[in-house]
Amino acid sequence: MELTLAVAIGILSASGVYLLLRPRTFQVIIGLSLVSYAVNLFILSMGRLRMDAAPILSGSDANIADYADPVPQALVLTAIVIGFAMTALFLVVLLAARGISGSDHVDGKGD
Amino acid sequence: MTGMNHIAILPILIPMAAMVFNLLVGDGRSNRKIIGLNIGFSVLLLLVSILLLAVLAQSDTAAAAVYPLGSWPVPFGIVLVADRLAAVMVLTTSILSLAALIFASARWHSRGTNFFPLFHALVMGLNGAFLTGDLFNLFVFFELLLAASYGLALHGGGRNRVRAAMHYIVINLVASFLFLIGVALIYGTTGTLNMADIARAVPFIAADDRGLFEAGVAVLGIAFLIKAGSWPLHFWLPNTYSSAAPPVAALFAIMTKVGFYAILRLWTLVFANQTGPELTFGQNTLFVLGIATVAYGSVGALSSKALDRLASYLILVSAGTLLLAVAYNEPGVTTGALYYVVVATLAAGALFLLKDVIDQVLPAEAQILAVSLEFYGDEEDVIDEDQEVSRSFPAAATLLSWCFAVAALVMAGLPPLSGFLSKFAMLSAAFGAANAPTAATWWLTGALIVSGLFVLIAMVRNGINIFWTSLPDDGALRLRPLEIGPIMVLLALCILMAVFAGPAMSYFADTATFIHSPQNYIDLVLPKGDAT
Repeated sequence: MELTLAVAIGILSASGVYLLLRPRTFQVIIGLSLVSYAVNLFILSMGRLRMDAAPILSGSDANIADYADPVPQALVLTAIVIGFAMTALFLVVLLAARGISGSDHVDGKGD
Repeated sequence: MTGMNHIAILPILIPMAAMVFNLLVGDGRSNRKIIGLNIGFSVLLLLVSILLLAVLAQSDTAAAAVYPLGSWPVPFGIVLVADRLAAVMVLTTSILSLAALIFASARWHSRGTNFFPLFHALVMGLNGAFLTGDLFNLFVFFELLLAASYGLALHGGGRNRVRAAMHYIVINLVASFLFLIGVALIYGTTGTLNMADIARAVPFIAADDRGLFEAGVAVLGIAFLIKAGSWPLHFWLPNTYSSAAPPVAALFAIMTKVGFYAILRLWTLVFANQTGPELTFGQNTLFVLGIATVAYGSVGALSSKALDRLASYLILVSAGTLLLAVAYNEPGVTTGALYYVVVATLAAGALFLLKDVIDQVLPAEAQILAVSLEFYGDEEDVIDEDQEVSRSFPAAATLLSWCFAVAALVMAGLPPLSGFLSKFAMLSAAFGAANAPTAATWWLTGALIVSGLFVLIAMVRNGINIFWTSLPDDGALRLRPLEIGPIMVLLALCILMAVFAGPAMSYFADTATFIHSPQNYIDLVLPKGDAT
């Protein structure tokens, strides 16, 4: 499971960084999305990967070792929301730049 | 001081209330009452910040207002810590934001939609970032201030602003992702997000995890360095700052200082109670980056012809100087740096505002002198005279040139003003330290003095261009009191900082002593006898 997740994070971030470095705004925004997925998976993995373990403690005599760490899951939720909002905001700026400069180049140059 | 602890959250709540108020009343850009209320909120924030600082200055050095949100016990809940460092940054933010808001209320606020809510959101994010004692909460406040700054960078519209803002947004989004990776790594190795708890847990990190932790701190450091405008991560800065609307750029002057603040706080906290090589983790890198930033900023300042671009490069110079001071890791140098951060922020903010006033009074043909304007494709902003009638001031040209001269003296660090005192404090502490002078001392001296010379040359050349060759001779220019007023107040504060240098320096010296012995901070935030 660790290997699968690590490979997934690696592929996502590699593709994301490649797209970020491209000159078209659409490629950049897709790249940003891919990097944000990679980062979210990475945060989740920092709580250690667990199968069949609930994150919420039940009962006062529960053994903490039986439970998954809830904090990274909470962090991921926040990170997803913020990342999503920022990407949406960037989309607006992207469209404004496209409208003003008539080009989808990140520097607003013509072809 | 149980009752006083509540004051720690007010610098966040007041801008939030202002933001909500603006959203409720809608876009009231032509309503004078709403503008007045907005300024009222800013004044209230300033009063609270002054109260916070006054309370802390009267208490003993280790005092701070600690506010656990929702009364959750400290390592589990989020905590706000208003110590002396946070208080002085919050006060600087409040002063600068009030000045920028009054300046903007003359005409800039009506150039686009939702100026006021975005402005207050930015102030809220800044104050939150200074006050929080939790790493992830710091991320949230960073995002808040960045989201507001994206909107503000676009305020006024136009091709240049949109292009610069787009680069700014992409770079800061990537920086935010790096921030998250760093936070995740630190949580994965220390098991906590509370800054004091991280500092406490660092010595107990397993040897296997040590590399992972340092990687996390390094990634986090890169995120902070991007915000701080450190070379080579600063290329977004000059374009964004010089194309933003002037009051926005003035407020942005403190945004790079958030990066400086975060580095100073975390680095002294996390690594200072270590022994061996960990104590100086990243110190050399930080120092070299500081030198490179100062060098780049100085050369950039020499090369810029427009005043707003010059001011952006001055921001880089001050960012580099601050990085150098942090990397020097000496309480005396930090004292000077804290003094410097206040005056450099106020002077840079005033310079951005001054640029706009000068632009309005310069005859159109003089603009040709600023070749770079044409080069960067700046479109002329249409000045609508109907907003607020500008008055004819006697000796306005003299007034403007004095403002410019004070800003130049502060930025270049010439005596007798506060810029000189801060640099002198840094250098004398560096030479007065044990086993000084080392090679680092000479590098610091060289960087401060040579950058001062470069900045002076750049400012003098700009001043000659503006005041001796371009301004009309009759001396009576049309100025808006709401615009020239805040500039004069900001510069007067820079002068006052020099007049009252004694009390200011002793406050900053106490602050520096406090942050250089992190056990104080840990004892303050964590309940005692609760070491797990």
